[in-house]
Amino acid sequence: MIFYFLRQVFLAIPALLGVLIITFLLMRAVPGDVVTQLVGLEGNVTAERMDEMRRMFGLDLPIHQQFTQWFGAALQGDLGSSLRTNRPILQDLALRFPVTLELTILSLIVALLIAIPLGVLAALHRGKFLDSLISSFALLGLSIPGFFLGILLILLFSLRLGLLPPAGYVPLQESVVENLRHMILPSVSLGLVLSAAITRIVRSSMLEILGRDYVRTARAKGLAEQTVTYRHALRNALIPVITVIGLQFGALLGGSIIIEQVFSLPGVGRFALEGINLRDYPVVQGAVIVIAASFIAVNLLVDLIYSLIDPRIRYG
Amino acid sequence: MASAAQNLRSLHPIMEALLRLLRNPSGAIGLFLIILVTLAAIFAPFIAPYDPIALNAPNRLQGPSEIHLVGTDQYGRDTFSRIIYGGRTSLSVAFSSVLLATLVGCFLGMLAGFYRGWLDVVIMRFTDILLSFPVILLAIALLAFLGSGFNSLVIAIAAVYTGPFTRVARAAILSIREDLFVEASRALGSSDARTLFLTLLPNALAPLIIEITLRLAYAILIEAGLSFLGLGTPPPAPSWGQMIAENRRFLVLSPWATIAPGLAIMVIVLGFNLLGDGLRDALDPRLKV
Repeated sequence: MIFYFLRQVFLAIPALLGVLIITFLLMRAVPGDVVTQLVGLEGNVTAERMDEMRRMFGLDLPIHQQFTQWFGAALQGDLGSSLRTNRPILQDLALRFPVTLELTILSLIVALLIAIPLGVLAALHRGKFLDSLISSFALLGLSIPGFFLGILLILLFSLRLGLLPPAGYVPLQESVVENLRHMILPSVSLGLVLSAAITRIVRSSMLEILGRDYVRTARAKGLAEQTVTYRHALRNALIPVITVIGLQFGALLGGSIIIEQVFSLPGVGRFALEGINLRDYPVVQGAVIVIAASFIAVNLLVDLIYSLIDPRIRYG
Repeated sequence: MASAAQNLRSLHPIMEALLRLLRNPSGAIGLFLIILVTLAAIFAPFIAPYDPIALNAPNRLQGPSEIHLVGTDQYGRDTFSRIIYGGRTSLSVAFSSVLLATLVGCFLGMLAGFYRGWLDVVIMRFTDILLSFPVILLAIALLAFLGSGFNSLVIAIAAVYTGPFTRVARAAILSIREDLFVEASRALGSSDARTLFLTLLPNALAPLIIEITLRLAYAILIEAGLSFLGLGTPPPAPSWGQMIAENRRFLVLSPWATIAPGLAIMVIVLGFNLLGDGLRDALDPRLKV
């Protein structure tokens, strides 16, 4: 078991390295560099001064040297500093990662709270009105862009009803209540969209399980319908749901980039976006590492949860 | 002749699938929505009551009325006309990028599934790496690299959706490559290319067609997202995501200018999702639950 996970972690390394190299090359292939972007903000600067700045940032070195230099430092836990603000990337990430993490976790909670009951209800009322209603809801949820839903929620709950703040962020340490008030609309925008996909999975997986022999056996031995539904069927029906969560986590992180923009949340996604716009290479690399690493970590976690809820899955 | 009568009754498999699709409510409604929006986009100059980019300052930020169905934006441009024209951007980006992704992804996936071995390993590892980026982040990075504009947008979206097509095509080929009819084709001396494209591909089409339909829905959504972030096709030509971003500042004053383009996105994405569901039922009865 432990050996299996070590192997999976080991196998994830080439993917992570690949992500890094692609990011590294892509950012440097982009026309213009941080110096031209910064100079563009400041006005007339001589070509000599620009070359001097490039030397200072190490941008005059051949690209493989830039990579080994940066990678060597990264292995020792130093992701470098922002070329624009000169702040250490790790320091910024430490501030921004919790925002994105909180947003994704809250969205996932919202999604599961909606999707599991709706999916089960739809499966139990298969082909009846309630099923069509829930399936239509799921289809609508799959068709609405998260950012548009976010704006609709802002319009209703912030601008019309004045119940919740339309944008901004308050750190958890400062005020838990204010933090949550700011996070409700973003997590609902992201969570509702995700819940649509999960509802469909719960429904179809539940339907499949309800037709299995062991469910018939459970019914035949006189168990209450509730026990059959929740003890025997639901537990097994949730297994594919966990896979989907693993797969959807990337979409969740991606969706959070746009949602962070809509609600002005200072998360990793916005950090990456700002970095790309300013060609601030270390910022982009740092943000991408965090995003890719958390994606890989979640998929490992999914594997772990699998083996816990489904004893049939044994890793050699 | 009994066999002739049977032939009359049994339709060509494609016609049969189409009939089954049209009898399926999701499929029929989806197809209807897609045709409706596509026709509106193609015939935009005849349908749109106003010029989508003509400024009309005195008319700015009007609410819905008989003259302006869903009002006007901050420059007095007619929102309804802009939505009709915006459909051209969204649909052409979505169709072109999914076409490109399908061609490249299917080709790679078919090679991987057909030849296996190191080629399979290399292609699938590369696909895994591409798929471990969040889609939108990869598209943004590619757009930074390619610069903005229609072609860049198409290439960026195609690049992020090549991976899924590679996987689906590979899986489809793998599931049939050992079948008897493939062996028969080889035994008859067919070249690899002939076996791959004329024997395997037609039998792997069903999952690919479903994937194409669903990816079109995603492509519309991601195009809208990128346009919303200001990375779409450049103004003043309208696109739905860009209209939402622009008009959002006047959300209180004229909410319809923001809501209407969002609804347009939802209608076409819903159309593709419904069609995808309908196709799945019509083409692959095994998947039906």
